[in-house]
Amino acid sequence: MSAHPSPTALAALRDKIAALEGIGGPPQSVLPFDLPDLDRRLPGGGLTTGALHEIAGGGNGAINGAAAACFAAGIAARLSGQVLWCLTEADLFAPGLEQAGLPPNRVIYVEAGDDISVLACMEEGLRHGGLGAVVADVAKLSMTASRRLHLAAKGSGTLGIALRRWRYPMEAADFGQPTAAMTRWRVSVLPSAPLPVPGVGRARWLVELIRARAGESLDIELEACDGTGHLRLPADVADRSAAAAGGRHRTG
Amino acid sequence: MDASAATLGLTVGMAVSKAQAMVPGLRIERADPAADIASLDRLGQWVLERVSPMVAVDPPDGLVIDSTGADHLRGGEADLLEALLGRLWMSGVNARAAIADTWGAAHALARFAADPTFLADVGKTEAVLAPLPLAALRLPPVLAAGLRDLGFTTIGDLLGQPRAPLTRRFGPELCRRLDQALGDVAEPIIPLRPEGLIEVRRVFAEPIGAAETIARYTAKLVGMLCVTLEERGLGVRRMDLLCTRVDNRIETIRIGLAVPQRDPQRLTRLLCDKIETIAPGFGIEIMTLAATLTEPLAARQISTLDASAPDLSGLIDVLANRVGQRSVYRIAPVASDVPERSVQRIAVLAEDTGAGWPDHWPRPSRLLRKPEPIETMALLPDHPPHWIAWRGIRRRVRRADGPERIFGEWWTRDAELIAVRDYFRVEDDAGERYWIFRAGDGENAATGSHRWFLHGVFG
Repeated sequence: MSAHPSPTALAALRDKIAALEGIGGPPQSVLPFDLPDLDRRLPGGGLTTGALHEIAGGGNGAINGAAAACFAAGIAARLSGQVLWCLTEADLFAPGLEQAGLPPNRVIYVEAGDDISVLACMEEGLRHGGLGAVVADVAKLSMTASRRLHLAAKGSGTLGIALRRWRYPMEAADFGQPTAAMTRWRVSVLPSAPLPVPGVGRARWLVELIRARAGESLDIELEACDGTGHLRLPADVADRSAAAAGGRHRTG
Repeated sequence: MDASAATLGLTVGMAVSKAQAMVPGLRIERADPAADIASLDRLGQWVLERVSPMVAVDPPDGLVIDSTGADHLRGGEADLLEALLGRLWMSGVNARAAIADTWGAAHALARFAADPTFLADVGKTEAVLAPLPLAALRLPPVLAAGLRDLGFTTIGDLLGQPRAPLTRRFGPELCRRLDQALGDVAEPIIPLRPEGLIEVRRVFAEPIGAAETIARYTAKLVGMLCVTLEERGLGVRRMDLLCTRVDNRIETIRIGLAVPQRDPQRLTRLLCDKIETIAPGFGIEIMTLAATLTEPLAARQISTLDASAPDLSGLIDVLANRVGQRSVYRIAPVASDVPERSVQRIAVLAEDTGAGWPDHWPRPSRLLRKPEPIETMALLPDHPPHWIAWRGIRRRVRRADGPERIFGEWWTRDAELIAVRDYFRVEDDAGERYWIFRAGDGENAATGSHRWFLHGVFG
């Protein structure tokens, strides 16, 4: 018996595991961030489209969800097709989303009264299959609910984003509870890029990939979405890592 | 009696000669009750198409609407009333409306409540009716006069009285009306069925009650209706399912569609989503399915060669019937500098103009519903604050951009003739970025209160 198993045996094993995990349906594609540091940590080199992903804000962002909304809008903007955004509180400002890359003609808003109907609307959107992405502002997301959403997303190949947003800071501890989401992100605001003149520069975020199924977690400082939904490594960080990682450049 | 007649000093019940003496050149028209009823009928049809499947004419001057099962499309009872009265007002009808548990109570409140739109809480009928005059009870004038002679003036006076002596003196009519208003006696509404309404019905020998059975017969009815629709080349925009129970109550489901449809599967699914709202009671005897609002829908050729954009109308219908038509929307730009007025909600399937907002200044991703007052310390007239205190937390302003001056829309609102807002984008030590503004230009007190507000949060 050789120490290295044959590639065919490995492939058969992978197929078996995939069958056990219930991976089927349309072939899964991925949406890369075009940031090698980040994409390397994600299975397949990007966000899996037919899956549920969770995004929350850090600190006050857990309540106002402003940075998380921009982050989600940036992801949705880089996909094609219409985006369904399920809300409980209609405080999204469409001009702000447009500046994150998501023009108004691509977003359909659904204002549902409570968390339960938000989840129901999200599932409906994920099952339909004609949408590019479905985003929902939810506070409570149980294991059962998230698994339903994940399966719905997997069946149709639509990207689902549960934008976790709570009413009180205390409730944000809920983010530690396990869910069936493929990845889990926390986006917190950082002081903006310094400018040579007084003023506010391009927004910066601390993007934490807390959990990625079959991937690694990561904390990274990034510049916020530009007009096309792309993130960017800050120039100073990029230079630093360029020296460390041997000439890898990424300036967007 | 409209407002212009009232300003002339005319009142209802005035002698014609007196009115003519008061207002020279007054035009007198004969009363035409038949035409009144006919126009009320037309109004009823209009309401049937737009508001609720159960509408009946309540002569001489009213309509009775059972909004159960239909208000979800308008986002609740209050919104339904507001939308209905708004539409009527725009077409020149000055109406009053009330929603209550019973026909009798709603009739009384619509005519005698001080507020032109009255929403009675469920189960509070007795309390809201008590202060109303006896005339609100739909009693014959002789009977009302007799009661007044005895010293009764309001419904509340009657409620506590023993019934037997009242019935002996005034006959059964008084207590019947009282019971109808309080909901102790059923008062079925016989819905208006306009001519030419496309309708299919099924009468059951044995009453049905199980949800699966209702679903099965719903599917059969939808199939029959779609055949009729296809013959006429129509598609439905509003569809009503009326289930008549053995106790003669009618339970209704109404669904609305974004575009005309006659796909049996899709229509059945929308109706079946709502079956849980039907209370079958002792069973349903008759099921009637009506296409209340139809639009022409011709067969269309489709091509399998080019992949067109996916059809979202099915999804939108499902969502709209779940959360209400007004809660599913797109946002379109409006040419206004005032942030809260720069967006408007439009229908999802409205034509895409491709327009966006000007991109000169960064805009927050979350805009507070109402600007919240904050405390600040700032140099006037055009410096950003040194610190801001919002919701009890004081933040030092590290960096700021601004001011972005926004002028009031003096061409639409007189109050905004010289109003000014100066917007700043500020960032605190932790990097939280807020959108704040000062009402006023910092110099002239007439331009605003010079108080500071927080309006949005940047990502």
